[in-house]
Amino acid sequence: MQDATEDGDREVVIEVRGLRNQFGDHVVHEGLDLDVYRGEILGVVGGSGTGKSVLLRTIAGLIEPVAGTVRVLGTDVLDAGSEERSRLEARWGVMFQDGALFSSLTVRENVEVPMKVVEDLDPAITRTLAGLKITMAGLPSTAEGKYPSELSGGMRKRAGLARALALDPEIVFLDEPTAGLDPIGAAEFDELIHGLSRSLGLTVFLVTHDLDTLHAVCDRIAVLAERKVLVTGTMHDMLSVDHPWVHAYFHGPRARAALDTATSKEGG
Amino acid sequence: MASEQLANIEVEVREGRTTAVLEGVFTIRTISAVEDALKDIRPDAKLLVDIEKLEHLDTAGAWSLIRLEQRLAQGGGNFELRGATSQAAALLDTVATAFDRQKRADGSDGSEPEQGLFERLGRRVAAGGATLLGMTGYLGLFLSRLARLAIRPRQLRLTALVHHCEDAGVKAVPIVALMGFLIGVVLAFQGAVQLRQFGAEVFVVDLIAVSILRELGILLTAIIVAGRTASAFTAAIGSMKMREEIDAMRTLGLDTASVLFVPRILALLLMLPILGLIANASGLVGGALMSWIELGISPEMFRVRLLDGDNVNHLGVGLVKAPVFALIIGVVGCYYGMQVKGNADSLGQQTSRSVVAAIFLVIVADALFSIFFSELGV
Repeated sequence: MQDATEDGDREVVIEVRGLRNQFGDHVVHEGLDLDVYRGEILGVVGGSGTGKSVLLRTIAGLIEPVAGTVRVLGTDVLDAGSEERSRLEARWGVMFQDGALFSSLTVRENVEVPMKVVEDLDPAITRTLAGLKITMAGLPSTAEGKYPSELSGGMRKRAGLARALALDPEIVFLDEPTAGLDPIGAAEFDELIHGLSRSLGLTVFLVTHDLDTLHAVCDRIAVLAERKVLVTGTMHDMLSVDHPWVHAYFHGPRARAALDTATSKEGG
Repeated sequence: MASEQLANIEVEVREGRTTAVLEGVFTIRTISAVEDALKDIRPDAKLLVDIEKLEHLDTAGAWSLIRLEQRLAQGGGNFELRGATSQAAALLDTVATAFDRQKRADGSDGSEPEQGLFERLGRRVAAGGATLLGMTGYLGLFLSRLARLAIRPRQLRLTALVHHCEDAGVKAVPIVALMGFLIGVVLAFQGAVQLRQFGAEVFVVDLIAVSILRELGILLTAIIVAGRTASAFTAAIGSMKMREEIDAMRTLGLDTASVLFVPRILALLLMLPILGLIANASGLVGGALMSWIELGISPEMFRVRLLDGDNVNHLGVGLVKAPVFALIIGVVGCYYGMQVKGNADSLGQQTSRSVVAAIFLVIVADALFSIFFSELGV
């Protein structure tokens, strides 16, 4: 793995070493190493089937890898006891692709679910805080009482984000946050993630296909290919990598267009 | 870890100025204690809040501070913050913006007004009426599609029909046969005990014949089928509805009634009489067996006695109800399937409703049949 950024003294919050994931004969990851530093927004890209979501799920402890270690906030995710794990889970939040909201609960009740682990919390406070999180995620307060099936895709994603942020986690995992959103909605969502991560001091692990998102919000990009993290670095670093897939990805017409808009925004 | 985290607030009043020094962590885990401590600060205080020693501040803590600030602003007090890191300041800013937006929108608090007893009752009755009306609509839909099929039989989806016949009919044979057999055994046994007192043991044959052929065979079969098949119909159609498959069908020009309802209800119409017959037969076998063991009525005698009276009529009276029960079960299953909304919860709810409604309506129909037949004197 060639690391293009030098962050020797920054705190590593997610540390993946020698990860191997395998489903039957199909090896998804082999010898995968990855570091995520505190406070950064890391974008994970890769072709379809390179195991981006599998990596996210492994780090979040939903998939048990065949080999390797995953340490999050200093705790070994794979080895942690149930108490250690639940303590860890309160310190991270996950937003799944379509929000994965509980369909039988309203949006507000969904956001209140993670807060239930906090003992002796006044229901009125829970209610207000949930409402606050929903507003912070950019949903109108009329959405609070609605059920997930009554929301549009973009609103469900926002509600999913609100639930992921319910306990003020240190790390949030976002699985394709802008997939299926219209360009305007996607741009707003990018802005939302960026703004929240800065004001709440979040570390964001973001799986995406969206080049605009990479440009707009990611501090660093990790490219998954050939079953491992091929290269990490800033958007700028990516342009000089000459691996064929990386080159095709970051020099394709869509990438050029995204880069152009990003630079023109910075210029103007 | 969680239990070690504490918030500490020291409030000092000096020369008309109040100073609050905040220490420890201000998070969702300590928010209850924080709110308690901050409650005592008077709304007209000239307050200086020092958060320099604060180790950790999250959204909940920030919200608490923002609320305090607004309370003081309303009460004519003064709020000043000292020692906020840039991070904390950014957080406070974000929370304040969201809080403002939330408060501005809070005018209409979505809670519904309490309903009185009579209003609730009225709504229930109206909803029940609407359900019954809806089901009648589905019955009409099915009959009209059936009429269309009578004109153009080629439109019948034979594969689906056979599939549902197997699912609802053939696969139900073991349970229905076993149930019939056991009912026969129970009736013979109970009847023997009672009839022996009068020395009228031989009438046990009539007892079994009348009760099984006329009532129990078909009624219990219908109840079992309602439990098995109405729920299966609701779940299958409901999950298709949930995944927008029904909408997809409509856009493809497929008629949901002919594709989904007709094969299912028709399969039940064909299968329920057969299942009823099987239940009757195994009930008689069970009854005959028990009469033989308990009362010494030989199978030959049982047969003669059975064919002697008008027991064959009872068979007709029983089986004539089968198509009606089949229609009820099929229509109820399909109707509730179409009522499923877009979430998993509603699927479960409608499925259990469909079973309850199907069984209930089958029993009601059976009662109506009894009155009808007794008026006719059959």
